[in-house]
This record gives sequence, structure tokens and C-alpha cells, in this order.
Amino acid sequence: MKHIYTLVSIALAATASVAHAHGVWIAPSSTVLSAPQFVSFDAATSSVPFMIDHRPLVIDALNIIAPDGSKVTPVNVMKGELRTVFDAKLEQQGTYRLELLRSGFRASWKDAENKPKRFMGTAEALAKEVPADAKDLQVSETDSRMENFVTVGKPTALKTTGKGLELVVATHPNDLVTGEPVELTFLVDGKPTEGVEVAIIRSQSRYRNNTEEKTYKTDKNGKLKVSLPEAGMYWLDADFKDNKVSNKVAKERTLAYVVTLEVLPQ
Amino acid sequence: MRNWVSALIPALVAGMFANQAGAGEISVKVTLPQINTSEYHRPYVAIWVEKPDQSVQKNLAVWYSQKKTDKGEQSDKWLKDLRQWWRKSGRDQSLPMDGITGATRAVGEHALTFVEGKEPLANLPAGQYNIAVESAREKGGREIVRVPFTWPVKKAETAKAAGQQELGDIIVDLKP
Repeated sequence: MKHIYTLVSIALAATASVAHAHGVWIAPSSTVLSAPQFVSFDAATSSVPFMIDHRPLVIDALNIIAPDGSKVTPVNVMKGELRTVFDAKLEQQGTYRLELLRSGFRASWKDAENKPKRFMGTAEALAKEVPADAKDLQVSETDSRMENFVTVGKPTALKTTGKGLELVVATHPNDLVTGEPVELTFLVDGKPTEGVEVAIIRSQSRYRNNTEEKTYKTDKNGKLKVSLPEAGMYWLDADFKDNKVSNKVAKERTLAYVVTLEVLPQ
Repeated sequence: MRNWVSALIPALVAGMFANQAGAGEISVKVTLPQINTSEYHRPYVAIWVEKPDQSVQKNLAVWYSQKKTDKGEQSDKWLKDLRQWWRKSGRDQSLPMDGITGATRAVGEHALTFVEGKEPLANLPAGQYNIAVESAREKGGREIVRVPFTWPVKKAETAKAAGQQELGDIIVDLKP
């Protein structure tokens, strides 16, 4: 019986980590607006992006940044069993950026009785949590950025921070329409980077037999070209690994970037 | 010298008339069709001169509700539903636009005349264009119809296209 429990928990852990990597999303009710108004958002982790079928997303670290750089406080925040909901009042003209940054250190090891252990948190906490005699210790640094963009009126230029994995869309992310290919450039610490792995999934996957996930890799200029022939919400996930860690306790740095892009019909 | 001047005068006079004849005119007749539905709202409509690359050369008319809704919302909230126009021009404008924006219109035929040298047509460089008409209706659909034409107009002609649902006949009468 005990074995079954162990198996179940391992299976759950595996599912959770897949869901984590593959279905973290924030979806706006609108991305293109012609007048100031409220916009509502759903945020969750799920089996497939935009499906409300697993867990709500914790949005404590969420920032909603107005075109002038000021911050908007989300209102009507509701953390449900399956998703988090919040509203934001967008009063300025220009592009609002939602960003949810998460970073830390992830460790896995075996204790003295050969039981697998895991930890996720700061480098300082990690030093306290992981015993000196930990076996098969693996530590990696994680750094992820999740974004949404919503524009009132004319889109405004977006700036990158030069930290972690970021995306520059040649066409403004709130200016995407069917039939116009989009050029994407991925930056790692501000530099266009080759070999970033990108996956794109269109919403409404329940109503087709295949998620129709498309995968890409950036070229030597950090670029890739994508055609999005169908209108809809798209979930884009980018991943990259390197060894530019901020603390030597980790050998590897795992970077992730997730954005929701809405493509409108012409 | 005298011969030269007298030869020049008719040419100048002809030039004056040629100029006048060159004050071309574009008349656009837009038919908003009768739509049988339990809740009909007049559509938002944008009419513009479009370049072959589908960028906007000139806005000619935009019909939308400028009243606040009973909820106190600004009615330009729905302007984005004129999707093409909003993306290619509307969002760059400061609304309302003088001589261009106006109230929504009823079902039926609406004739608009635009004259060279006068706003909003003013001076249109020679070239190939479309008259683009886009319509979006609350609780209804959206449609765009394009009628190609060449400018300046050499001889009077009529060009026509028709919408399928949200727009009826779009008739463009061109006069040199």
C-alpha cells in the first residue's frame, strides 16, 4: 500500500512539473481597445494553455504597468479552485504590460534513507534546507517572465529590461492580424540569442483533436518567423538554459518566457 | 513676339479650363441594408481612400455614436470593431475628426461627394486607390468592401461593389 502512495505521489509530482512548464497562462478579455475601460483576466496553470482544468495561478508578484510607467492595482481578485480572476482599470492611452516574474533555486537530492527530496526558494533558504550530506544533489537557478499586453488607442513602444529571457516582437504584440507573418527576437540578458526553444499553441484546443502545437528554434540572430494564419489567442512559451548563474550553488540557469498573443482577423 | 504671345493666350485659357476640368470629384453611394433582427442597432461605418498596400491615404467619413451610453461609457469604446480602420488609421486620430466624423446613419442609401482641392479629399496624388467602406454593427457582423479606382479621373465612370451582409451596394461615381 505504501508503495502505491509513493507511486501516486511521484506520478502527481511528474504531472505537476509538466503542467508547470506547459500550461501557465494569463488570458485577457481584450487586447485592443478604443476607449479606457476595465479588462478582466483569467490566470491558471493547466494541462493545455487556456483550459480551466487544474489550479489557479498565484499572482502576488504580478505587476500591471501603465504606459507612463506607473502601476495599476488589480481589483476584484478571486482565487478560485481552478483559476484566478482579476480586473484592471485601464485609463491611459497606450500599451499596458502585465508581468509576473518568478526566480529562485530549485534543488533535488536524496536524503540519508535514499528518499527523494525537493526544494524551491532563495539561495539563502536553500543553504539552510539542503543537508550537507545530501546525495545526488542537483541545483538549478530558474528565472521566468510571463507577460500580457493590452493597448488603449495607439500602441506604444515596449522596452526590455536586459535581464533574463525576453521577447521583442517586430510588429507590436497588440498589432497582430491573420496573414501577416510575425518576426520574433529572443534576448537573453539583452542579447539576441540562438537556440531558444519556442512553442506556440492556439486557444480552444478542446474543440480539435490535436493541440497543433508548433515548435521553433531561434537562428543565430536570435530570430524566428512565425505565421499565425488563424485568428485567436495564442500561448507562446520560450525556454533556454545556460550556466550564467547568479549564485555558484547552481550549475545551470533555466530561463522561461511566456506570453499571450491575440491575433485578430483582417 | 506678338505671334508668340497670341499663340500663348489660348494655351493659357485652355490651361485654366483644363485645371477646372481637373477638379475631380468622387461620389460614394453607400447602402446600409435592411437587416431583420430582433435588436437592430445602426452600424458604425468608416469610409476612406486606401492605397494599394492597404494603408490609409485619406479618411473620408466615420459614422459612430458620440453619445455616452446609459452606463456612462464612451461610445468610442466600440470603434475598435471597425477593425481595419481602427488598426490602420483610427487609433492614430484624435476623435472626433473635424468634417469626417458624424452620427450613425439609418438604413438606406447615403450619397457623399468629395471634391478635389476641398477637405477631406484635398489633393490626392495620382495613383491607384480603393474606396474602402467598413461597417460594424452591435450584436451583428462586420464587413469591408473595396472599390478600386485610378486618380486623377480621365473620363466619367462608375465603379461598383456590393457587400454580402452588413453592406449593400457601394457605388463610386468618378468625374474628371
